[in-house]
Amino acid sequence: MSPRRTETGGRVDRLRTIRFTFDGAPYTGHAGDTLASALLANGVTLFGRSFKYHRPRGLLSAGVEEPNALVTVLRGEVREPNVAATMVEIYDGLVAVSQNRMPSLAWDINAINQLGGKILSAGFYYKTFMGPVIGPLKGTRFWMFCEHFIRRAAGLGKAGTAPDPARYERMNAFCDVLVIGSGPAGLMAAKAAADQGARVILADLDAHFGGSANWSGETIDDMPAADWAQRMVGQLEGNDNVRLLPRTTVWGYYDGNTLAALERVTDHKEVAAKGEPRQRYWAIRAGTVVLATGAFERPLVFPGNDRPGVMLAHAAERYANEYGVLPGQRIALFTNNDSAYRSAVALKKAGAAVVAIIDVRSDVTGDMRRLASEAEAELLTGHAVIATEGGKALSGLKVQRFDVVSGALSGDGRSIHADCLLMSGGWSPTIHLASQAGAKAEWDPARQAFLPPKPTQRWIGAGAFTGSFSTAEAIAEGRAAGLAAAGGTSAPAALPVVEAAPGDPDPAPVFEIRAKGKSFVDFQHDVTAEDVRLAHREGFVSVEHLKRYTTLGMATDQGKNSNVPGLAIMAEALGKPIPEVGTTRFRPPYTAVSIGSLAAERFGDLKPERLTPMHDWHLANGATMYSAGLWYRPMIYGLAGETVEQAYVREAKATRESAGIVDVSTLGKIAVQGPDAAELLDRVYTNMFSTLAVGKARYGLMLREDGFAFDDGTTWRLGEQDFLMTTTTANAGKVMQHLEYFLDVIWPELKVTVTSVTDEWAGAAIGGPNARAILAACVKGTAVDNATLPFMGIVHGEIAGVPVMICRLSFSGEMAFEVYSGAGYGTRVWEALIEAGKPFGLVTYGLEALGTMRIEKGHVTGAEIDGRTTARDLHLDWMLSKKKPFIGSAMMDREGLIASDRLQLVGLIALDNRPLNGGGHIVEELDEANPHGSLGHITACCYSPALGKYIALALVKGGKARHGTRAFVSDPLRDRFGPVEIVSNHFYDPDGSRMHG
Amino acid sequence: MLITCPYCGPRDVIEFTYQGDGNRERPQPASQNLDDWNAYVYDRLNPAGDHNEIWQHSGGCRAHLRVVRNTVTHEILSTEFAHGGHKSAGHKAGSRS
Repeated sequence: MSPRRTETGGRVDRLRTIRFTFDGAPYTGHAGDTLASALLANGVTLFGRSFKYHRPRGLLSAGVEEPNALVTVLRGEVREPNVAATMVEIYDGLVAVSQNRMPSLAWDINAINQLGGKILSAGFYYKTFMGPVIGPLKGTRFWMFCEHFIRRAAGLGKAGTAPDPARYERMNAFCDVLVIGSGPAGLMAAKAAADQGARVILADLDAHFGGSANWSGETIDDMPAADWAQRMVGQLEGNDNVRLLPRTTVWGYYDGNTLAALERVTDHKEVAAKGEPRQRYWAIRAGTVVLATGAFERPLVFPGNDRPGVMLAHAAERYANEYGVLPGQRIALFTNNDSAYRSAVALKKAGAAVVAIIDVRSDVTGDMRRLASEAEAELLTGHAVIATEGGKALSGLKVQRFDVVSGALSGDGRSIHADCLLMSGGWSPTIHLASQAGAKAEWDPARQAFLPPKPTQRWIGAGAFTGSFSTAEAIAEGRAAGLAAAGGTSAPAALPVVEAAPGDPDPAPVFEIRAKGKSFVDFQHDVTAEDVRLAHREGFVSVEHLKRYTTLGMATDQGKNSNVPGLAIMAEALGKPIPEVGTTRFRPPYTAVSIGSLAAERFGDLKPERLTPMHDWHLANGATMYSAGLWYRPMIYGLAGETVEQAYVREAKATRESAGIVDVSTLGKIAVQGPDAAELLDRVYTNMFSTLAVGKARYGLMLREDGFAFDDGTTWRLGEQDFLMTTTTANAGKVMQHLEYFLDVIWPELKVTVTSVTDEWAGAAIGGPNARAILAACVKGTAVDNATLPFMGIVHGEIAGVPVMICRLSFSGEMAFEVYSGAGYGTRVWEALIEAGKPFGLVTYGLEALGTMRIEKGHVTGAEIDGRTTARDLHLDWMLSKKKPFIGSAMMDREGLIASDRLQLVGLIALDNRPLNGGGHIVEELDEANPHGSLGHITACCYSPALGKYIALALVKGGKARHGTRAFVSDPLRDRFGPVEIVSNHFYDPDGSRMHG
Repeated sequence: MLITCPYCGPRDVIEFTYQGDGNRERPQPASQNLDDWNAYVYDRLNPAGDHNEIWQHSGGCRAHLRVVRNTVTHEILSTEFAHGGHKSAGHKAGSRS
């Protein structure tokens, strides 16, 4: 005998046949079936192999909490592992395979692990593989040897390696009321809130709204509960202010009533419709949340409770009533509470023989006796199941007399022949989202369950979630919650009338039957009751430690079934009541969430690319581009056959001999304007700017509040109250934020505005002995001679009809000019300068030559202003004004910041005439085998055409005092060792005669 | 987390940049009292409860806000412009609003 489809009943569409395969074998089911119900209807009871022992496993549940029946769904090359068969809706062409078995589900070679049960107990890994090597079979090295085999044998499905071609979407949604769960409570809440005019979202993880109404067999308002639910959904569908989200799991509850949900849009379809994503990630901001998430039935812990054919009582009821599938034909029930009696009647009605109801309680009410006789079941009160029989399918069970107070078994065992055993260990409200949202759950001794905590965010509970397990209560609470959430006060009309089986919601406090054999607590992670006790014996008393040591509740089902039984067994071992043992907090996600849905449209290279106005010109003229932060800048303009070094040496050399031009549009530019602009600059720069004349520029240095160097650049005074500040390319955003902070928070009295104008200006720096002559050839409207345009002077003129602003300042050390024009005309001005430079052999140069010339001059950049250096370390102390306080002035003179043995900026010359590398260390004594004694490190390096040597800038301990001494570079990673001379960082033209010229 | 910018309205936290403890008092610029400076630059309150913080609406109007936030529940209790709603010449540097 085996499971089968019933002749009638269920809510599947029996006229529609759907074909799919499982482990390669073809099966059929009906529209409305899950993979679990369809396979069960085909007589399949074996769904998977357990995690550790490879025991055969069947369906435990019919819903999201399923720990056993995990499968891999294949779509083309893409495999999605560890999906609960109970949550997979079948479609034509569905291909599913079982997991964690070799070579096949029925014949699994690793089932031999069951014989090693004693060894594979809790803490197996710690005991076997941790610690020092003692003999050949212990320790970390042994782990490394075994890992491959263990990883193959243990675990779940294999992730795929093929790229996922599916499209995912992200949606932001706002609503007044978010109702989670669409059972009677949720439907009532959504309807009540919608009737008040609130914007409502109703989400349910199942394909069909209705929750327990779809399978309870109860009657609401004189119609089957499922029909009543359909009518309610129909009424909600007609409302403009209601959004219905089926197949949508709300998996995270975050601050500010923000919830995360995953909608499985097309996972149930053979082919997605045009434009439909596979899944949609919802970020929902809800005014109030109604948690109507129901409750989970708990398994009982007894030997053999994991055999295929043993399942939760309500799950069997659901298979019968919702899917028209009988999970067995001779069914026994084992319970500690009244709810299983309704299940017994439902299965009897659906056509199964209910052979016995085994109840741990010594007596039950007359109502229950009546239900038992309605199910034509033998009622065995004061009994317990002590074993199950059969191989890969259940064939029978053994019961014995049981004392509900002491837990003692007595009398002779008795065998009962059955192909399906249903168990009910009471119900646990699904409080996961409430737990995520805040406080700890509270233990209710009557319900023997954790009830939701007091709300710490704006949510209201309703129905089984609150511990009110009857449908009548759910309906009343749901409507009250919906009204309250929508802020409604109108007097409600009469509530729908429910006809339901009687029953007391409080179970007997029995979680485990202690008898010989493996009794599973956590089915998915193969944690037995004995593992929990072993952990206790080994000293694990905290529930958090217990969880980690045994891995109880840490599988993909996150302990949805095992949490409370595990705690109860731990509490008994500790001799403490359950509330004193405590529970763990639930964390998001409630169920597994695909990474694809989290990324949604945001994948690939997400960085914006910043291009200068002359970008296309650079590409068209042979530039090799280099990414500097978000910017793209020319590295070199290489000629055919040139190496990078040859190219930058040529470019730098030509600049120093005649003239070169470089794109400097990337420099940060901030307009500082207002009556107090000069005052602000005096406060943020270490040197004075209020004394700067209009039409002049000055080099400035900024410190942080803690006295370390922050950024440098030139600031131009364009008018009395109008400055143009330039920053380094990398720090443009940080400097802007720095200024805004001080203006807004510290000095709101200053009348200054700062505006980022980096993208408004195109900049070209032209330098070299012939730079002035080239400008003179193309600039109109102003002279550029020494008198009109002295060092650090600014003039306004025109190039190629475009207004330009020219400032004479130099980074290269040559006589140089920065030419700024409106960004839209950057290329026009650039081309005009190139044209004017042709008779002079003007070269374009890139970042490499720029860096080379600045190293030769000893100028600092971000490599030296690295957040750890002070102005003094960089020999910029001449810029520290003594006439005024500035940001960092109070802190910069602290003892540690003025010590003489700090890392200071120096120059290095390679004495072996070989290239140096950034990051290489400087040492006094060379020891290649045992590098040690670093004095500092290289920050920038190049071949200097001006010196004809390989040189570098470095930060070296007490560097200033070491000028003229010899040291060594020690760079073991790149195997570069050799002698260097420490010199001043001003390698070239130290008195600046060339740029002042 | 939602922060209500007095200028832009309620916005998601991703639009904002945390700019530090709002209880810091910057010494007078010319002060040479290193203890005061040290407290300002390095000392931070770390309460489990209501905390006075500075946030910048960097992805919006770029105003700095003084936000009172509960560090346990993440509830935002109040938000106001850090400069006190207006730029008055009488505002003392570093004073708390």
